[in-house]
Amino acid sequence: MSGMPLLSLAIWIPIIGGVLVLAAAGNDRRAFEARLISLFAAALGFAVTLPLWFQFDPTTSAMQFVELREWIPRYNIRYYLGVDGISMPFVVLNSFITLIVVIAGWEVIQKQVAQYLAAFLIMSGIINGVFSALDAVLFYVFFEASLIPLYLIIGIWGGPNRVYAAIKFFLYTLVGSLLMLVAILYLFAASGGSFDLLEWHRLPLTLTEQKWLFLGFLLAFAVKVPMWPVHTWLPDAHVEAPTGGSVVLAAIALKLGAYGFLRFSLPIAPDAAQAFQGLMVALSLIAVVYIGFVALVQEDMKKLVAYSSVAHMGFVTLGFFLFNALGMEGAIVQMVSHGFVSGAMFLCIGVLYDRLHTRRIADYGGVVNTMPKFAAFFLLFAMANSGLPATSGFVGEFMVTLAAVKVNFWIAAAAATTLILGAAYSLWMYKRVVFGAVANPQVAALQDINRREFVILAAMAFFVLLLGIWPMPLLEVMHTSVDALLAHVAAGKL
Amino acid sequence: MKLLYTVVPFAPLVGAIVAGLWGNRLGRTATHRITILGVLIAFLASVAIFFDVHNGNTFNGPLYTWGTSDGLTFEVGFLIDSLTVTMMLVVTFVSLMVHIYTIGYMADDPGYCRFFSYISLFTFSMLMLVMSNNFLQLFFGWEAVGLVSYLLIGFWYTRPTAIYANLKAFLVNRVGDFGFLLGIGLIAAYAGTLDYAETFAQAEKLATMNEAVTGWPLITAICIALFIGAMGKSAQVPLHVWLPDSMEGPTPISALIHAATMVTAGIFMVARMSPLFELSDTALSFVLVIGATTAFFMGILGIVQSDIKRVVAYSTLSQLGYMTVALGASAYSVAIFHLMTHAFFKALLFLSAGSVIIAMHHDQDMRNMGGLWKYLPVTWLTALIGALALIGTPFTSGFYSKDSILIAVAHAQIPGATYAYFCVMAGVFVTAFYTFRMIFLVFHGKERFGQAHAHHDHAAHGSDDHHHGLAPGEKPHESPKVVTVPLVLLAIPSLLIGAFTIDAMLFGGWFANVIFVDEARHGSIAALREEFHGALAMGLHGLTSLPFFIALAGVALAAFFYLVRPDLPDRIAARVRWLYTILVNHYYFDRFNEIVFAGGARRLGRWLWQIGDRTVIDGAMVNGSAQIVGEVAEAGAALQSGRLYHYAFSMILGIAVLLLFLYLV
Repeated sequence: MSGMPLLSLAIWIPIIGGVLVLAAAGNDRRAFEARLISLFAAALGFAVTLPLWFQFDPTTSAMQFVELREWIPRYNIRYYLGVDGISMPFVVLNSFITLIVVIAGWEVIQKQVAQYLAAFLIMSGIINGVFSALDAVLFYVFFEASLIPLYLIIGIWGGPNRVYAAIKFFLYTLVGSLLMLVAILYLFAASGGSFDLLEWHRLPLTLTEQKWLFLGFLLAFAVKVPMWPVHTWLPDAHVEAPTGGSVVLAAIALKLGAYGFLRFSLPIAPDAAQAFQGLMVALSLIAVVYIGFVALVQEDMKKLVAYSSVAHMGFVTLGFFLFNALGMEGAIVQMVSHGFVSGAMFLCIGVLYDRLHTRRIADYGGVVNTMPKFAAFFLLFAMANSGLPATSGFVGEFMVTLAAVKVNFWIAAAAATTLILGAAYSLWMYKRVVFGAVANPQVAALQDINRREFVILAAMAFFVLLLGIWPMPLLEVMHTSVDALLAHVAAGKL
Repeated sequence: MKLLYTVVPFAPLVGAIVAGLWGNRLGRTATHRITILGVLIAFLASVAIFFDVHNGNTFNGPLYTWGTSDGLTFEVGFLIDSLTVTMMLVVTFVSLMVHIYTIGYMADDPGYCRFFSYISLFTFSMLMLVMSNNFLQLFFGWEAVGLVSYLLIGFWYTRPTAIYANLKAFLVNRVGDFGFLLGIGLIAAYAGTLDYAETFAQAEKLATMNEAVTGWPLITAICIALFIGAMGKSAQVPLHVWLPDSMEGPTPISALIHAATMVTAGIFMVARMSPLFELSDTALSFVLVIGATTAFFMGILGIVQSDIKRVVAYSTLSQLGYMTVALGASAYSVAIFHLMTHAFFKALLFLSAGSVIIAMHHDQDMRNMGGLWKYLPVTWLTALIGALALIGTPFTSGFYSKDSILIAVAHAQIPGATYAYFCVMAGVFVTAFYTFRMIFLVFHGKERFGQAHAHHDHAAHGSDDHHHGLAPGEKPHESPKVVTVPLVLLAIPSLLIGAFTIDAMLFGGWFANVIFVDEARHGSIAALREEFHGALAMGLHGLTSLPFFIALAGVALAAFFYLVRPDLPDRIAARVRWLYTILVNHYYFDRFNEIVFAGGARRLGRWLWQIGDRTVIDGAMVNGSAQIVGEVAEAGAALQSGRLYHYAFSMILGIAVLLLFLYLV
């Protein structure tokens, strides 16, 4: 297998699969074929990422599985792919989540099935491209292209207010991206005509240059994460998105911004990153505390989980900007964990929405009486969402909090309020939705999860528990890359 | 031996998984057999380990490496020593009794298999907590027992009071865990390890340091932060509010989790951390004052309860306060000793109360009982033994542990010791009074049952469908064997274990090298040792000492109020209405939390959402900038008027600007 261009396969199998689905089964009368082809493409796409994990060499921070070809020689733009211990887990995670999403939408989506599934497959390939691109133009193309399928998913299969949400989402992210483009062009000129990311990492820059570049990238990535105060597109997008869209948005799309900090902001502008540490930590803590309170009072389940995503991603950016290995590794674990936990939360809400067609907490109550199996899964994920030890949700928050104590006790104290706030918003929602006597005739008529739903929730539960009980394998993969990045940041460019 | 150590927690876990996933398919009998077998294996293995430890074989090592990062190694592992094995015996024995008792108590419940799964899962979690050799796993067990407690308090999930109580319990515990996590974080940051032994080895060094940012003395900050965790789990004022409400859960778990084991995790933790706490008098004073306040003021609340389980619950709060006082007085071994005796007699009292509740057809109001001793002879006798142990009657197990606490506090020198001494002595009277008030109301006096809920005050204890009560004319019956046999098996250690173990546990070398006391500065335990001349002498001396007379006075007063003049209590309550109102409202802690914390958080959240997100960010920034774009576009559209001379003018203007620009450059 080692000779195969695994990264290219991970990118292009889903994209070609998506095109095939459109071509072969574009009509809804052939929905079953569309589902079958999609499942096959997603499974194959996931299968080709497994060797990435198992053949990965954790002892080096150099890029692995590198592919390098000329693309537009005139501007020195190259088709340059590779992964290190930071990006590799996300390629695998993304491909896995795609498989889950295809199964999750199996009988739920009845209109324009092929288009729906194709959008997810194509997006999966594009996102793998983002995580493995080492050429800035290639990265930019993938980064921007990932907007389009998500925009369509929300705009076409979304809820009643989908157009507002889709446009808000699109404008927010586009404004951010334009500044990034300026930064990229500046770096192209400063490096004497190169789009090679690794070369940019070594490029000497003055503090002023670094600060402007950092700010240029900041908006693009902060919107995607999303960081406070550019987060308000996320709840709207989630509420209007179909279940699969929410899962991919939470599990994968939010990671693109966080990943951008690690691949662009920190290595290219290390001194600026340190200069802006106070700002970044403050914004992260606001996300944890402020958003925690906002999540508490949401009346729509999806909005609640969307806000809780913002709070959890606050831990990610906090971990990055503590500049120690414990914090950064905790942040990356948190990114992976959030993929499973938040994805699973949205799947659970989807299970309820498919049955009752409402996401309002007040429309539920006593679900456990009619859906005991579902209630057990939902409890596991709600507990993981509130950071219970032995679930994946604990690992990252624990490591980042410990890392914060080293930097400043008060930062840690502010971050640790998530123990209370996370439990309060997750479990208060759980109480109102699941516990209690049967609230109304609709709840009384609920059917427990079917086999397909059981399989996807069980798969998510498996990883939530595995990562909580034994995060060692994931940590081992990233040690060397994280240490190298931190050494690079500490050394600076001045 | 490592295999045997591993068997202890994992045998109940296997039982829990089997019962949880396949319980309904296996049927009730198979389910309880499998889970009981798991706990029995754990108990027998603990006994074997006890003898091994007794022979001097201890263990400290990892099971597997959970993770590594930044020079820190996170491990899951075991520390097997005398303190661990004492806890293991208490946990597995009480758990075994409760498992057996549950067969009878939950016989009619549709959630039978689920219940067995939960209590076995609890046993696993608690064992992982006490067997841990590091702070990470301690925190794991700490939160896992909290999870099971959450599940079990909300076991009857259709009751509004139960699902309110379990959320409250989890959140209040999380407030404690907030401190606990920061304490662990300080240890990781300054000691560079999460391993107990490695941390203790650096204790002296930590004691000389200050926290870098806050400037606090480091060891005091660590100890108080850890103790805040203990205050949540072990229900110390002001984080005690969840424990009385936890009585919404079925009675067997009130005995197992909310009396004998889980709530003592905080006590165990502080005793385990004695090498750290000994270095900070400030932290010890804090512990002492919190414990004394809990011991006295929570005991008083036991007097005004009419629900039998709530009396025992407030008694538990008060007794946990006694253990905490012992910790604060540096008498850690005494605290563990009282933890052990209390586990037996309090589990016994809870299970007796459960037996009464079965007989009363799930009516828990003591005002509807009376004279039950005739109908429930075994329950009556065992409850009486539990009550005598609780009030510290000489020669019972409770006497040895409580009297040791009183002596230890009398010799404590740190600030707050005088206040603590007053609280624990006054607490003796209060304990005797509420305990025998309960015994007299339930088992003696006029038979008040079967009167079709004459006093059934729904508002007082939360109405629900489980409060049936006896029909008029119906007589209560003694509970079945699966209920009474555990009562008898718990009554035996409640009576005897104190006399047999006091010498070894407090003065012999059982806890040597495990619990550390700086006797030069904290002389309580040394003073105790000096006064001790054998268990028999201590018991005889107890018959002529002050606490015994105080307790006797409490019992006598209870007899007068509830047997001789049952009309008096209500008249006194009416006389001091204001005091009675404060007490039945539990000093307004709940009301305060509900308004300030719960209500305040909701108001703040709503304000941030409406003002912060919607008005400022969305309103002014996002939609505002979209609006500006719109206006600019409109202005631009106005330029496209379609009139030729407009365009021509614009063109000329543009060329002029361009020329000017080129000329300047």
